[in-house]
Amino acid sequence: MEILYAFFVAPFVDMASDPIFFSEVVIGGVLTGIMYSLVALGFVLIFKASGVFNFSQGVMVLFAALTLVGLMEHGVPVWLALILTVMVMIALAFAVEWIMLRRLVNQEEIVLFMSTIGLSFVLQGFGETVWGSNVKLLDVGIPNESFEVGGILLNEFDLFAAASGALMVTVLAVFFHYTRMGRALRAVADDHQAALAVGIPLKTIWIMVWSVAGMVGLVAGIMWGAKSGVQFSLSLIALKALPVLILGGFTSVPGAIVGGLIIGVGEKIAEIYWGPLVGGAIENWFAYMLALVFLLFRPQGLFGEKIIERV
Amino acid sequence: MIYREAGQFKTSYGADQMIFPILQDRIFVILAVVAAYLVPLIANEYWLQAVLIPFLILSLAAIGLNLLTGYAGQLSLGTGGFMAVGGYMTYKITTAFPDLNVLIAVLLAGLIAALVGLVFGIPSLRIKGFYLAVATLAAQFFILWLFNKVGWFVNYSPSGTITAPPRTLLGIMVTGPEATAPVRYLIVLTFLAFFALAAKNLVRGRIGRSWMAIRDMDIAAEIIGIRPYQTKLLAFAISSFYCGVAGGLYVFCYLGSAETEAFDIALSFSVLFMIIIGGLGSILGSILGAAFITMVPIFLTNAPPLIGLSMPIDLQKHIEVMLFGSLIVFFLIVEPRGIARLWQIAKEKFRLWPFPY
Repeated sequence: MEILYAFFVAPFVDMASDPIFFSEVVIGGVLTGIMYSLVALGFVLIFKASGVFNFSQGVMVLFAALTLVGLMEHGVPVWLALILTVMVMIALAFAVEWIMLRRLVNQEEIVLFMSTIGLSFVLQGFGETVWGSNVKLLDVGIPNESFEVGGILLNEFDLFAAASGALMVTVLAVFFHYTRMGRALRAVADDHQAALAVGIPLKTIWIMVWSVAGMVGLVAGIMWGAKSGVQFSLSLIALKALPVLILGGFTSVPGAIVGGLIIGVGEKIAEIYWGPLVGGAIENWFAYMLALVFLLFRPQGLFGEKIIERV
Repeated sequence: MIYREAGQFKTSYGADQMIFPILQDRIFVILAVVAAYLVPLIANEYWLQAVLIPFLILSLAAIGLNLLTGYAGQLSLGTGGFMAVGGYMTYKITTAFPDLNVLIAVLLAGLIAALVGLVFGIPSLRIKGFYLAVATLAAQFFILWLFNKVGWFVNYSPSGTITAPPRTLLGIMVTGPEATAPVRYLIVLTFLAFFALAAKNLVRGRIGRSWMAIRDMDIAAEIIGIRPYQTKLLAFAISSFYCGVAGGLYVFCYLGSAETEAFDIALSFSVLFMIIIGGLGSILGSILGAAFITMVPIFLTNAPPLIGLSMPIDLQKHIEVMLFGSLIVFFLIVEPRGIARLWQIAKEKFRLWPFPY
């Protein structure tokens, strides 16, 4: 009975007894969730347009942040470093398409998946060879002050991250819906062959999405890098983005956002209210379990395309 | 010239169904196995301990994963977790029953790993493809967390490390710090030989065929009377059994003592690499892939000093990682169906040599 009480009643009593702390936890979760979404977005973009499950997205985040920091350490002003990093990411997209994807067209999904893992090794090695592997501090001048609203402690940096995440998503949504390129992208995502038939250049589209994913990676890299320093472990947030991805569905941009929020909030609440009961450090697997339970009811994720199978 | 099947007639169904229908193949395989058993006579301690033992153990794990991913088509990233179950359970069983033969302990641990695999295989009924792959990561993280947090699994040792206790077999020390590398090598080799043969027979029988039917199209397989539920779960159980046995050997015959970090996600990925590079749906491929993945890093570490190149250690590490990654991409581009396919092509060529017409 006591165990049942501790698991199913006490946490809720805690939540109700201290609503301010609870809302701080939720807000903290939302803000982390947006950061997860930023990483998951990169995955979704590439999967949607090319069906490649791009495992190297995490390393792309690291690589972008490393390049930015490395340039800044050499005395390049922030704005110039940003532009140069964007150019590097675009160059990377070209290189990936030319060297790797072009030769793997029509291969099985798992082969493409493995090749992106290979790519992540290359990128990681390359980034650290060029820029060194010590922990670097990233400071692009984002304010970092805490202030209080109605008793709830907020951090400017987190808000800034959330705002830029929201901006990113809006820009992407507009881009997808109203530009010529965006329409082409959606067409490719819908049906490769039909898109080819109406004359959409598939290769250009691929370079395009990899570049966009690179830039999304850059934004994620700036946010995470400014928060916890630029180092190898940055690439591991890809593992955090995976449950977000399956929760929201591989093919859905809104899914990445909502999934990120659910995982972010769920993880924080579980860690704080249930974590101590089972010995803590549950955030490593909690997100996966949460996603797994969701998947049992909706195998394609919350917003994924319905999987229709025919013989 | 030498490698010909001309004149070898199959006069019974048994002969037609043999694993190696060609006489030269049989001779070659027997020679290879005998040679493998004779290796300890010539190989030194370093080679056995640092190269051959991990290679054999990981081959076993790769065969296990190949049964699941290559034959039954269920992508799994939880290999490290299932191996951890094997390792920790072997430790738990042999410390609880010190008189029990350690090999039986390894097999029992494999059975427990199979049970765990069954549990984590349940979602495979509804979840497919990459969704399933990510779902199996739940197994990976949850199992390692459990072993880290619950003291019972490590007999409440404060460091959270499990150490293989010394055990003998027929009066010879087989585990623990006293066991010599050749003995451990022979044990691991015997396990691999036995289980590779078992796997080969499994996949050409009814079970293997139903796995392949599920892999190729599960709805169609269901219509012709294969039960997807049982078949998929069986694949998960048997695959986890193999991984569990490999995990037990990994701790007891290779590492000696281990923490959960030994079974982290990097291990899962490297086993997955082995089966992709080696060839999905091929037992031989699993072994070749394991050889490739375990030996290439060792080669890359030792090559620069050999050709007289010296550079700072961390730079060399980075370049190694880069080269390893590019090699993988290169291999996938050149032969997406793996080394096993290259081997097959070579055999075809050799059959016609030197008169290809």
